[in-house]
Amino acid sequence: MRTAVFHETFASEERMWDSSTARRWMLAFTLCLFSMPFWGSDYVLAMACIVGIHVIATLGLNLTTGNAGLISLCHGAFLGVGCYTVAWAARQGLPFYVTLPLAGLVTGLLGIVVGLPSLRVKGVYLAIATLAAHFILTFFFREWESVTGGVPGTKIPRANLFGFEFIGDRRNFYLIFFCAFILAMAARNLARTHIGRALVAVRDRDISAEILGVHLLRTKLTAFALGAFYAGVAGGLLGYFYGAITPDYFVLTLSVYYLAAIIVGGLGTVLGSVLGALFMTFVPEALRLLAHTSSQWFPGVAGLLLPMGQVVFGLLIIVFLIFEPHGLAAIWARMRRVFHLWPFKT
Amino acid sequence: MSEFLEYSLLGLFSGGVTALIALSFVLIYKGTGVVNFAVGEFMMLGAYLYYLGSVTYALAPWVAFVLALLGIAGLAVVVERAVLCPLSGQPAVSVMMATIGMASIIHGGVEAVWGGDTYSPPTLLPRTPLAMGEILIPGTMLGNFAVAALLIAAFLAFFRYSKTGIALRATASDPVTAATLGININYSQRLTWVLSGLVGTVAGVLIASSAGLSPLLAAAALSVFAAIILGGLDSILGAIVASLLIGWVEALGAGYLGGKSRDVLPFVLVLAVLVFKPHGMFGTRTIERL
Repeated sequence: MRTAVFHETFASEERMWDSSTARRWMLAFTLCLFSMPFWGSDYVLAMACIVGIHVIATLGLNLTTGNAGLISLCHGAFLGVGCYTVAWAARQGLPFYVTLPLAGLVTGLLGIVVGLPSLRVKGVYLAIATLAAHFILTFFFREWESVTGGVPGTKIPRANLFGFEFIGDRRNFYLIFFCAFILAMAARNLARTHIGRALVAVRDRDISAEILGVHLLRTKLTAFALGAFYAGVAGGLLGYFYGAITPDYFVLTLSVYYLAAIIVGGLGTVLGSVLGALFMTFVPEALRLLAHTSSQWFPGVAGLLLPMGQVVFGLLIIVFLIFEPHGLAAIWARMRRVFHLWPFKT
Repeated sequence: MSEFLEYSLLGLFSGGVTALIALSFVLIYKGTGVVNFAVGEFMMLGAYLYYLGSVTYALAPWVAFVLALLGIAGLAVVVERAVLCPLSGQPAVSVMMATIGMASIIHGGVEAVWGGDTYSPPTLLPRTPLAMGEILIPGTMLGNFAVAALLIAAFLAFFRYSKTGIALRATASDPVTAATLGININYSQRLTWVLSGLVGTVAGVLIASSAGLSPLLAAAALSVFAAIILGGLDSILGAIVASLLIGWVEALGAGYLGGKSRDVLPFVLVLAVLVFKPHGMFGTRTIERL
């Protein structure tokens, strides 16, 4: 904890940022972030947009899996549902400020349906139920051609705000990070409400939680619905960002990717989601750079890129599970502690 | 009628190999309480090792097969030591995520080494088809079924009559009591992983030699989850019966509804079973308040 922070009221203890220093840092970070289109290069902005989308999706999975402890293997498919909802709604001429919440709501409702087996089963069984849901959903992505465009995919018209077209990375950046910022704040705020506490209680000991008056079924379905809502919005933004999408994007590897992101980042914290998404976006990118630079000595190394990415994701999951189960967020907290207390130790 | 009979027979025969994969999964769940999402990847790797030996190094198929078994057994020991041991005592969901990570590593590794092409390794079994009246059964399918049935029978006997098998069952049902009775549970758990890897390799080689070898092989194992859930996660008999049933339903679905239904039918079944009868047909009913 930062020194010289005293709480005299409950309200001050419940604040998101407990000192003026923390608030100033947060303000500086926000300004820095939102001025990025003015100083960032094209490459930086394209990466930032992808990170932003991943952050939203990871926040969602972290609510379901990290906060409520319900493992979901169909998060990638939820992104697909959001994306196709946006594609369909945008073709009907709806503007993005309608389609994005709509994507969230449709996916959220679907999340409740997928979460229904949690009525009867939990833990491992639930994971298999979500796996089944993933395959059923991707089946629809490929076969329901009138809505999803089938295997060749579908195009998504650009988002448009009163004639201002969100075209190119610089403009999409604002759309994506506006959503990411609001949703991150919402997730952080949720942890302070009775709903967030109920999620954590169900994760830690469901029987005790029920005795304390937490409605188990409702809480679990809420967790699924919230996670799916985030995934839906992320999927919608993905659609607007790429402009065209095929079912190939929403494979099981995508769900595993987000699972890796929350484990690497840190389960159950907003900071963990952000760090995890950031890290997991840069790992494939670092691999790509590595392959690019080494391709002059080893031709054909570019073909190994995708499989090597899978190997690295798997290794990251296992290494973090064994050596740092609380993820990058815990490492970050330790580093902060060292700086705050310097020159003293712990 | 003969159409129905043909689909049914084909389904049951393909269900026999599915039963092997299911056995590979159930062994680990029963023996160590771990839900192994890497079953399909182990199976695929075994098949690729067989291909490596029999085609790349031009060994006799039987030699290559034995070498593949040895390789997978070694890998199973390494995995058990390096990943599962440090994670023992962690929540089931963490261990499960570790197996997902393992699956990702093996899948990526295989694709990096062998690429995404389809190979056809030599068969261990004769290919002569069997004509039953007007129904033609492909020979490899029949052979696969026979091998699977033999192996499963051998396993059932092993668990019932041999001392090691009984020790494994004891470890599975209550590790602490088993340890007090002098059973080395570390050894038992390692043996469970090895046995599961071996069964998976046999299944992988059988499937690869009849249907071709590509990274898609691992996805075949995912539909096995349907069988496992239907049969009950911890029942060997249930896994076998359910595999045959799922094979039958898949074949009927593919026959009457079109081949695409194969991708989704098992999973619809999984969801239905989970909602209405979560412990499957033969699984242990644990009294658990949700």
